[in-house]
Amino acid sequence: MSVTVSSSPHVHMANDSTKQIMRDVAIALTPAALWGVYQFGFRALVVLLVSIVSSVLTEYLLDRKDGKKSLKENSIGDGSALVTGLLLGMNMSSQVPFVIAILANIFAIVVVKWIFGGLGSNWMNPALGGRVFVFFSFTAAMSRYVAPRSLASLMPDTIGGATPLAFVKTSIAGGVSGLSASGVMDAAGYPVTHFAQSVSTALHISPYAVDAFFGNIGGCIGEGSAFLLLLVAIYLLHKKIISWHTPVAYLGSFAILTWVFAGLRGGLGLFQGEILTQLFDGGLFLGALFMATDMVTSPITHKGQILFGIGCGFFTFLFRYFGSLAESVSLSIIMMNMVVPTIDRYIVPVKFGTVKKAKKERA
Amino acid sequence: MPNNVSTFTRGGVHPDDKKALSNAKAIVKLPLPSQVIVSLSQHLGAPAKALKAKGDSVVRGEKIGTAASFISAEVHSPVTGTIKEIKKVTLANSLCCDAYVIDVDKDAPDPVWEKHDWKSESKEDLLSTIKDLGIVGMGGATFPAHVKYSIPKGKKCEYLIANGVECEPYLTSDHRTMLERAEGALEGLMVIAKVTEAEHILVGVEMNKMDAIEHLEKVISEKGYPIEVQPLKMKYPQGDEKQLIKACTDREVPSGKLPLDVGCVIANIGTCYAVYEAAVFHKPLMERIVCVTGESITEPKNILAPIGTPIGELIDFCGGFINDPYKTISGGPMMGFAFHDLTTPMQKGTSGILCIPKFEESETTACISCGKCVNACPIGLMPTMLYKNINAGRYSVAMDKYSLMDCKECGSCAFVCPAHLPLVHFMKTGKKLGRKKK
Repeated sequence: MSVTVSSSPHVHMANDSTKQIMRDVAIALTPAALWGVYQFGFRALVVLLVSIVSSVLTEYLLDRKDGKKSLKENSIGDGSALVTGLLLGMNMSSQVPFVIAILANIFAIVVVKWIFGGLGSNWMNPALGGRVFVFFSFTAAMSRYVAPRSLASLMPDTIGGATPLAFVKTSIAGGVSGLSASGVMDAAGYPVTHFAQSVSTALHISPYAVDAFFGNIGGCIGEGSAFLLLLVAIYLLHKKIISWHTPVAYLGSFAILTWVFAGLRGGLGLFQGEILTQLFDGGLFLGALFMATDMVTSPITHKGQILFGIGCGFFTFLFRYFGSLAESVSLSIIMMNMVVPTIDRYIVPVKFGTVKKAKKERA
Repeated sequence: MPNNVSTFTRGGVHPDDKKALSNAKAIVKLPLPSQVIVSLSQHLGAPAKALKAKGDSVVRGEKIGTAASFISAEVHSPVTGTIKEIKKVTLANSLCCDAYVIDVDKDAPDPVWEKHDWKSESKEDLLSTIKDLGIVGMGGATFPAHVKYSIPKGKKCEYLIANGVECEPYLTSDHRTMLERAEGALEGLMVIAKVTEAEHILVGVEMNKMDAIEHLEKVISEKGYPIEVQPLKMKYPQGDEKQLIKACTDREVPSGKLPLDVGCVIANIGTCYAVYEAAVFHKPLMERIVCVTGESITEPKNILAPIGTPIGELIDFCGGFINDPYKTISGGPMMGFAFHDLTTPMQKGTSGILCIPKFEESETTACISCGKCVNACPIGLMPTMLYKNINAGRYSVAMDKYSLMDCKECGSCAFVCPAHLPLVHFMKTGKKLGRKKK
């Protein structure tokens, strides 16, 4: 009889591994990615595939270089490179030159992840790092968007492929004032779908918010449909892969700051900010639900995650309204990634027994 | 459904309880083995001092080892027979100690155990009986019972809680004790209540043992005991002293303190029965109920066996293995010790023998800082930080900043870790190496 002697515990929670988590995240991202392919056409699919292949290939070659010769023990097996590639692809315009997509993935895997020690040791989300790298290196190429399928026929040539937020930002910079974001878009004749038009009259909200929520807007491949992202996020919440703390703190703090201060930008004053269009636009849902919740680069404790989320919300608000970028979700999350080790150092759980002790001492 | 169900608040996990394998099996008595191996380290603290030598004959219940220090306990011969030798044995928890190897005289008559009236005895007399008869905590920690029940001046026992939680998956020995030996266990609990002068007496039982809860309540009302049964929501590690106290009284035992510091004394339900036998029959602790279970066992059973029985004999009594066991474990799957030698003897603290076949294990990956271990830790530690510091050899950081010594190795963190890191292994190693360095 030969038995194994090892430390307790001798049982483990069923179906729970790093691989499983990565697989679930990849599955969860798929609907929004497919929606992007539907809206932006075949080229979007190619961008996604190029991104995934370059990411996984880079990871494979690096690990092979580190001595993991066989496919089985190679770290591509943990699935994290697949998720990075998919996320990066979803964070790019369908019009992006392929070489830029490849560069972004190489940067993400080599510089952001591998140099710092591979999975678990990177301080910045690889996908975001890769995206920000190519965004600042090739800003013009990264900002070239096309109108989504659902708006293509309605889109006036004067607007072209500008995303709603970029359009509003340029208009306000160009002197338009006294209007809300929707007001600016409305005045310029930014198109909306018939569906959004009817929903907006029924619910008394901006039709631009409705289009943004369901993904009838221009932008990156995977960020369009807040609705689909929200749906799959519920699946991940149920599987306990993400917790509500980061997204709720992120979206909540951003919404409050927007409501209070965003009106200042258009000359409307305090408490005039338009929340919904801002919330559903510019990749905020993709960022808040899938990038800010990246386990490796977010705080360990729930309390820390709330603080982290609030920080993300603050920076997104700051950059979006008073910075030079129109969307700024990636940059905000990276800013907060930097302080995660500090958050984890100082925000620690209250140890069992300490609360009661403190009370006793006070008495 | 009872309406006063409670549980502890922080952390905890929900492993599959697997108790159906043996929870309907009535306790059976093991026929006398031909040889027993009785170690002198049956308890927490200093090993007992040997009183007998090679070749001496012993009678069942005779004292063969005596407490060597304050925290230590007496050891009695569980059988009548001859001491073949005294040798070093390795116990299931990898501890090496001296043990008597006793050849059993199977035809010797069992000594007569006369009934005594404990109610007329003083609490000091009862306490010395408990000490003299080698009673230790039978939940697994094997802390000498007389030390636990001696209430120092200035402290009082507000709550005496009998521990019938048995939160470890698979194990059913306490469950069967509560079903089949409730009268004795509850009387034993009353003895402890007298010794500790307890103000309130509770029995904490998890809700997966509803039949035990009902049976205990029935016996309590028949006998008119002032005992209350506290149903508990299933959650591991509720059977730990600190978690049980939190669940039953909402009090938290501070780090480094004992239950008595918050006015509580805990006694395992099996210990209560041992105390009953000690107080009423003056019978020492020399046999116990051990649950032999797991998917590798042909017929899982709850067995009443003499201390010192080689574990292999218990397994043979259950029909042997039905498949190749992957692990043989003394105790439950969460905190039990894997061992490899079937001649290893069972101890006073052996509540179960678990044999499980090979199962598919995921590979270990790097820590992805998911924080699941932090949320699972019932003590509020950060296992991931402990792991990282221990792995880097920074033992003092792990001990001073992240309170490594407060870890009770319950295994909740490793149970949920998606990276499948052997976190408990790191904690154990870290404690040992950290202590050495200090």
